[in-house]
Amino acid sequence: METILTPNFNLPDSHTLPVYEKTGGYKTLHKLLKMRPDEVIEEVKKSGLRGRGGAGFGTGLKWSFVPKDPPGPRYLCVNADEGEPGTFKDRALLEKDPHRLIEGSVMCAYAIGAAVGYIYIRGEFDLPYRRIEAALQEAYQKGYLGKNILGSPFSFDLYTHQGAGAYICGEETALLNSIEGKRGEPRIKPPFPAISGLFGAPTVINNVETLSALPYIIEKGAEAYASIGTPKSTGTKLFSVSGPVKKPGVYEVPLGYPLRKFLDEYAGGLMEGKILKAVIPGGSSVPVLTAQEVEEVNLDYESLQEHGSMLGSGGMIVIPDDFCMVHALEILAHFYSHESCGQCSPCREGTAWIYKILKRLEKGQGTPEDLDLLIDISNGMAGQTICVLSDALAMPVKSFLAKFKNEFEEHISLGYCPHRASFRTSGAPTYLSSDQLLWSPRFQSL
Amino acid sequence: MVEITVDGKKITVPHGINLIEAARLAGGFIPHYCYHSKLSVAGNCRMCLVEIEKVPKLQVACNTTVRDGMVFYTNNDRVKRAREQVLEFILVNHPLDCPVCDQAGECKLQEFYMQYDLRESRFRESKSHKPKVVDLGPRVVLDMERCILCTRCVRFCREIAKSDELCVSERGSRNKLTTYPGKALENAYSTNVVDICPVGALTSKDFRFKRRVWFLKKEKSICPGCARGCNIEIHHHDNKIFRLVPRTNEEVNQCWMCDEGRDTYKPVLAQNRLRSPMGFEAGQRTQFSSTEIMPRIQNALSGIAGIDGKSIVGIGSAQATNEDNYALKKFLEITFKSKNLLYHKNESDHPTHDNFLICADKNPNTNGIEALDFVKINTNKKFQAFFILGNLPEEAIKKIALEKKRVVIMLATHDDEDSKWPDFVIPTTTFAESTGTFMNIQRRVQKISPALISPGESRSAWEFFSDLSTYFGKENPIYHSAEAVFQDIVEEHLCYQGLTYKSLGETGKVCP
Repeated sequence: METILTPNFNLPDSHTLPVYEKTGGYKTLHKLLKMRPDEVIEEVKKSGLRGRGGAGFGTGLKWSFVPKDPPGPRYLCVNADEGEPGTFKDRALLEKDPHRLIEGSVMCAYAIGAAVGYIYIRGEFDLPYRRIEAALQEAYQKGYLGKNILGSPFSFDLYTHQGAGAYICGEETALLNSIEGKRGEPRIKPPFPAISGLFGAPTVINNVETLSALPYIIEKGAEAYASIGTPKSTGTKLFSVSGPVKKPGVYEVPLGYPLRKFLDEYAGGLMEGKILKAVIPGGSSVPVLTAQEVEEVNLDYESLQEHGSMLGSGGMIVIPDDFCMVHALEILAHFYSHESCGQCSPCREGTAWIYKILKRLEKGQGTPEDLDLLIDISNGMAGQTICVLSDALAMPVKSFLAKFKNEFEEHISLGYCPHRASFRTSGAPTYLSSDQLLWSPRFQSL
Repeated sequence: MVEITVDGKKITVPHGINLIEAARLAGGFIPHYCYHSKLSVAGNCRMCLVEIEKVPKLQVACNTTVRDGMVFYTNNDRVKRAREQVLEFILVNHPLDCPVCDQAGECKLQEFYMQYDLRESRFRESKSHKPKVVDLGPRVVLDMERCILCTRCVRFCREIAKSDELCVSERGSRNKLTTYPGKALENAYSTNVVDICPVGALTSKDFRFKRRVWFLKKEKSICPGCARGCNIEIHHHDNKIFRLVPRTNEEVNQCWMCDEGRDTYKPVLAQNRLRSPMGFEAGQRTQFSSTEIMPRIQNALSGIAGIDGKSIVGIGSAQATNEDNYALKKFLEITFKSKNLLYHKNESDHPTHDNFLICADKNPNTNGIEALDFVKINTNKKFQAFFILGNLPEEAIKKIALEKKRVVIMLATHDDEDSKWPDFVIPTTTFAESTGTFMNIQRRVQKISPALISPGESRSAWEFFSDLSTYFGKENPIYHSAEAVFQDIVEEHLCYQGLTYKSLGETGKVCP
């Protein structure tokens, strides 16, 4: 299969400029600079490329919202704040092929008329940060960035900006606030960033993976890209697989690939003795799939939507049948309540409330009414806030309760968690704090 | 103008307004916490969610601008349910300590809960605890557990006071309101955050625990603190003032007032208010009744040899109302044919002022008294008899007090060092006990109304002069109301043309 994003992943020193250039890197910039910006936008639109950060919005369409001749500057922001639990595909791109991202960024900046771009990179990403910094220096030295790129009138400066540990700063408008030095809170929309974004100027925010697909699209043309995948989900996508599979890791597959086949062929199937219970296909915020659904679904936007889930970021979490779903959801609720920025009442209060209930449920202290209440709280959160963080917890809660209600009921009727070995053997529950659980070996084996 | 449909009612509204304002124009109300018409839109409380036709998700009314043909619902089942949910969320960690909360009775959380929710909480977990009795600055105390994080106060300090002392720190349900490190909430307008706080999180150190708000009676008035003339409400009970709060007048103070102005009620309640007229009997300062003092004043004046209009002077005050100053002027004019009209004002070397509300002129009526043809005091000229409104500046006192053979009649509010020396001291009213008008820095004539009954025998200057006139038997006008005084002012002074108390309304009128 032709790879678009990862062809260099297995080459030694793939992160360096000589290797990238040897494989044809930056050559397409000559072609780009001969095109008109609106031709570039048109080409990207035709390719069908959709944002790979999770929302799946048409990339070319997003660019076309930027005003053509605004009075001030325009900006490109590269969203490298990959923080969704289960997702680590941008990290691979940043570590293994940073020049592909830089070349893609130049292409986007050229198309939207941005003279300055910022790579907002997750604070915990140390190696990726050092790699992208080194790559930027190399690119500047060779004239792929900076003034008059490759002798053309087009100039573009690209900077890095390190995050400080907040998941919410991966939300595009919180990201803008963070770059501006403000509190990392999503902005209320409208205005949308394409009209009033970074420092109030028209801004495009694109995910690392989205931008990394551009060199291929410009080089081979929109048709070549669109011929991969399905008619509505074109091209390839990275999936980062974690959980008890034989080969966890990051894999590039054409969209539309059957999930079961992907798990078997790429991830090597489940570890010996493990039985598949569920898969969260697109990062922790998307609705969970049962083992049965895993057999039926394909990895593309439409098929996952038909099965009530989402492609999301492609962060795939495989859950074996000996793992407690109540506990899994409790971990998710802890994460989202910890990471809510707290400005909207439903999210600030709802995520924390859900976490408190789930903590109790997991200990076996729940009541049947709690299950209805969890659904009701989720309904009050979903779609009623500035950003989608509250949806990101509401969706898992509703899907876990819809598909694995028996496990919740079991906790209630037993009065303890049937998955807790310590409880079963000693008869005395020894509860760990959720922080300990998050880093417990059991979670890591997940 | 655009045509919209609010809850089935068609209405034409100005272009560019948001749905909260549009609903208001349609006679409805969309409940909200974080939205404030003078602050930027935060959209965080989610209380103002409405359903707009052809828009799948509910939208916040505060951040949605009207479009022609827009149809929206502020009260259908979906909106009602969303509101209940938001209220339940906001109340999840609220301490519900209404019985000891100062905001009770004027709390939007109480009001909206009663109106839009009235359901029992389903929250069975333990509430989260946050800092209480946080000293934010010299005037404001924070109870973080009551705070609903609407950020009105943060935006006020950033956008209106421009001092940017407050921020939200932490994240999620651990969020808390705080001052930036090393800063205190001490801008000149800080108490406004108490007014705009929709709940009991921010309370005024001056007002808290003094009186339950449902006892308070409200009187519309004008702040006497400076020439701005901020429109205020006097909140009083039991003939005591408990607080002054700003009243909306877009042309003068919008809906704000300064902290200095909020303190102007304190002298009104001082222990040393003059309660009865004072005079001298055999060299001893003695208390008299109003009826006793009048003939004594008459005798004292006629005892001066050769007294005429030239040797008598009226010293008005830029602190006093137009009505009081005018009554003085009229009394001298008719009784003594005197045209000697001076005025004094409160002045300090370094008055606080800014380019927002606070004026360097700390007198509410400088423009007013000048319009009545009083001229600024000049103590070089010698007079034999003085009628003085209010306490004079110190150097003027020294000069006049040193003069031999003179009669000084002073109308004062407080029994202090400055009111010990005149021959006669008549107790008079403060702004909080008077009816009358001030002319502010924009030449806007604004009306004050009495909130309190004045102490003892104190009364308005115009009442005193009307009374005194009867002892001189001239055809002095005898006024029975401040309004009658005002009518005469209007007749005599061109700039007031056409004004009446009624036409001044609640927000006053600008004179040419």
